[in-house]
Amino acid sequence: MSDIQANDNPARYSIGVDLGTTHCALSYVDMGASDGEKTAQGVLPISQLTAPGAAEERDLLPSFLYLPHENELAPGDLTLPWTQERRFIVGELARSRGAGTPIRLVSSAKSWLCHPGVDRRASILPSDAPEEVERVSPLESSVRYLTHLREAWNHAHPDAPFDQQDVTVTIPASFDPAARELTAEAAAAAGYTRMTLLEEPQAALYSWIQKSSGGWRKQVKVGDVILVVDVGGGTTDLSLIAVVEREGNLELHRVAVGEHILLGGDNMDLALAHTVARKLAQSGTQPDPWQLRALTYACRSAKETLLSDPSVDAVPLVVPSRGSKLIGGSLRTELTRAELTQILLEGFFPQVDAAARPVSRARVGLTQLGLPYAQDAAVTRHLAAFLGRQVNALAEVEGLQHQAPQGATLLHPTVVLFNGGVFKSPLLVERVMTTLNSWLASENAPAARLLEGADLDLAVARGAAYYGYVRRGKGVRIRGGTARAYYVAVESAMPAVPGLEPPVQALCVAPFGMEEGTDAELPAQEFGLVVGEPVHFRFFGSSVRRQDQVGTLLDYWQPDELQELEEIEASLPPEGRTPGEVVPVKLHARVTEAGTLELEAIPRGSSERWKVEFDVRGGANAGADQGMGL
Amino acid sequence: MTDMNPGFFGRIGIAFGAFFGILGNASFAGRVQRLREAPEAPEAPAAAPDFKAEAPKPAAAPVQPAPSALKEASPVAALQLLGLLQRDARFIDFVEEDIVNYSDADIGAAARLVHDGCRNVLREHFTVKPVRTEAEGTRITLQEGFDAAAIRLTGNVVGKPPFSGSISHRGWKVEETRLPKLAPSHDASIVAPAEVEL
Repeated sequence: MSDIQANDNPARYSIGVDLGTTHCALSYVDMGASDGEKTAQGVLPISQLTAPGAAEERDLLPSFLYLPHENELAPGDLTLPWTQERRFIVGELARSRGAGTPIRLVSSAKSWLCHPGVDRRASILPSDAPEEVERVSPLESSVRYLTHLREAWNHAHPDAPFDQQDVTVTIPASFDPAARELTAEAAAAAGYTRMTLLEEPQAALYSWIQKSSGGWRKQVKVGDVILVVDVGGGTTDLSLIAVVEREGNLELHRVAVGEHILLGGDNMDLALAHTVARKLAQSGTQPDPWQLRALTYACRSAKETLLSDPSVDAVPLVVPSRGSKLIGGSLRTELTRAELTQILLEGFFPQVDAAARPVSRARVGLTQLGLPYAQDAAVTRHLAAFLGRQVNALAEVEGLQHQAPQGATLLHPTVVLFNGGVFKSPLLVERVMTTLNSWLASENAPAARLLEGADLDLAVARGAAYYGYVRRGKGVRIRGGTARAYYVAVESAMPAVPGLEPPVQALCVAPFGMEEGTDAELPAQEFGLVVGEPVHFRFFGSSVRRQDQVGTLLDYWQPDELQELEEIEASLPPEGRTPGEVVPVKLHARVTEAGTLELEAIPRGSSERWKVEFDVRGGANAGADQGMGL
Repeated sequence: MTDMNPGFFGRIGIAFGAFFGILGNASFAGRVQRLREAPEAPEAPAAAPDFKAEAPKPAAAPVQPAPSALKEASPVAALQLLGLLQRDARFIDFVEEDIVNYSDADIGAAARLVHDGCRNVLREHFTVKPVRTEAEGTRITLQEGFDAAAIRLTGNVVGKPPFSGSISHRGWKVEETRLPKLAPSHDASIVAPAEVEL
């Protein structure tokens, strides 16, 4: 992580990297050749292996890592344009190879990177690999994708080394501080020396602004509230951005972000494939796992045909046999519009009312090892919950001229921007708009408008590159800072009741809306740290408590106001102190230029600062060594 | 006997040139074979040196084969394309399979897959544009010096340009080819490896 201003050598390019769950992309703005809202922008064709011994350039790098057996490939088969020393495969070949040998394939590393139940630095992937496969950590696999992008850039731009350019890496808006920090750590390990993080929905909006080359000012006005609905391959990410006026200029202010929802286009393809497989099974054909994967691919393109052309009623699906008999061994079936409507529109985008909330079942045990996919597949229910939770989000925004309607049960967006390949389908866009507008109509609010002209596949990378450019004061910037306030748990001084957990208070250490490069005040409260022993604190975030300041102590909160995050861990090294001694410290928060939250412990009467780490080892439910309030 | 048909000694020279040309150059051999199969082919396949009245020395060292005016296509790119068509469209599987006993519905189902895949390969690796952008059936005029490689005249081909006629096929041209780069050790002749499931 480094501060852009600290580096004297001015970058020629602003590079945007979309580190996605299923695909990565890299876009760049040539800052020397850009002027104001006219930008010179490109997308890097990423060299990658597409077959053993064959490298091609593609706009997208599939986020897949394949760990081949030593006898599996001929020598030289892994030769990339810039190196022959690779023992693993990243990109298109990893994906196609992994379809045949899933035990050696790492996929969805990004979802694992923010999975609080596992140790993100431990070699755990592929999770179902046999012992002899050398596994990698979620962190390491992100490092490998990012490294590949850096090397592809350097190969294509030998005159503009990657580490001398400004780089923006995107993350879901819903990433918690630990996942943000892990992403920054992966980028640093991949040789990204001048790196900033940007939330994906913001990147999508930046891309739309950039594409409008100035026209955006005519399409939105002061008082507009933009809802960004970003459904990627693996995650659904929601954000609200208000258009405000400050000193006569239009400004954008990100006011709220949604929860982390592991639900995306891949889930939809899989759901379709399973339905078709059931249909095949009823007619007496049981597809094997290889055929099921082929069926998933076939369903994806059938889905795209049905969603883009309303006059088609059914698309034939053909799953080829594995052997060389193509005609004799193929499975034949079809995907009908009725099935698609039933599964996609009713399953993932049902027309629910505004009071609907995602259904959640109690998790079984704590030992779950798979990814915590969203339990309710309905994107519209997650959207209703988000707008309902954020009903008061606009109350404190300056310059918005917002009159909160009396008795509103949800926040009223006025415009909607879609992002993600799923929304290439006019049917899905229409379904979300109709559902949202029915909620707005029931509260007598005007219908929301659709922002046209978004680039659904590459918007995030493009917007990230454009953001690096506007950071230099060349265009409108989205402000807002952190979208959560953060708290540590303090044991209450109330007398303990036998059989009940001692009540816990939450102390605010970082308020809502901290901008990059700012420090929170030092709270008055002190904590006792035991020298030489790591001490854990329970850590909470809130996406709705906008008014709490550093030092605010909560005795009571609604269950959905505060979410418990991973614990934080502080340790004081024993130098100059007696091990076991209790030292009073204050917890200090700051947001780095790169966009990560940093916590430090500052001992009383000293200028020392000790970094407080996010515990990313997963499943930590330590009770014994909780920090105590003094 | 027309001007194009050489005399006896000229024919000896051609025979020798052709003999070594056929042995050494596969594409030349192919052209000769096609010539033999099509007796009315209008022109000689390649220029051979004219020995005229020079004394032939058939028993002496054979005459050097004529340097061919044709260039030989590299098989690697062709093999690569074949590999891509097999991988994405199961092209070789489809063409090599005996389709006599299958119903049209079965063949049609497989053809969908082959068509989808072929189209993907074409769009991924080539930028193909029509030679003429006008609609087929449009009447156009060709000026003197038009590109005879890009436009083939048919029918009543007489007189001098400008020629006037209607487009019966728009033609296709490849504006860009993007074939994968190959590792030096890569064996392109394996267009589809055998698969062995462990």
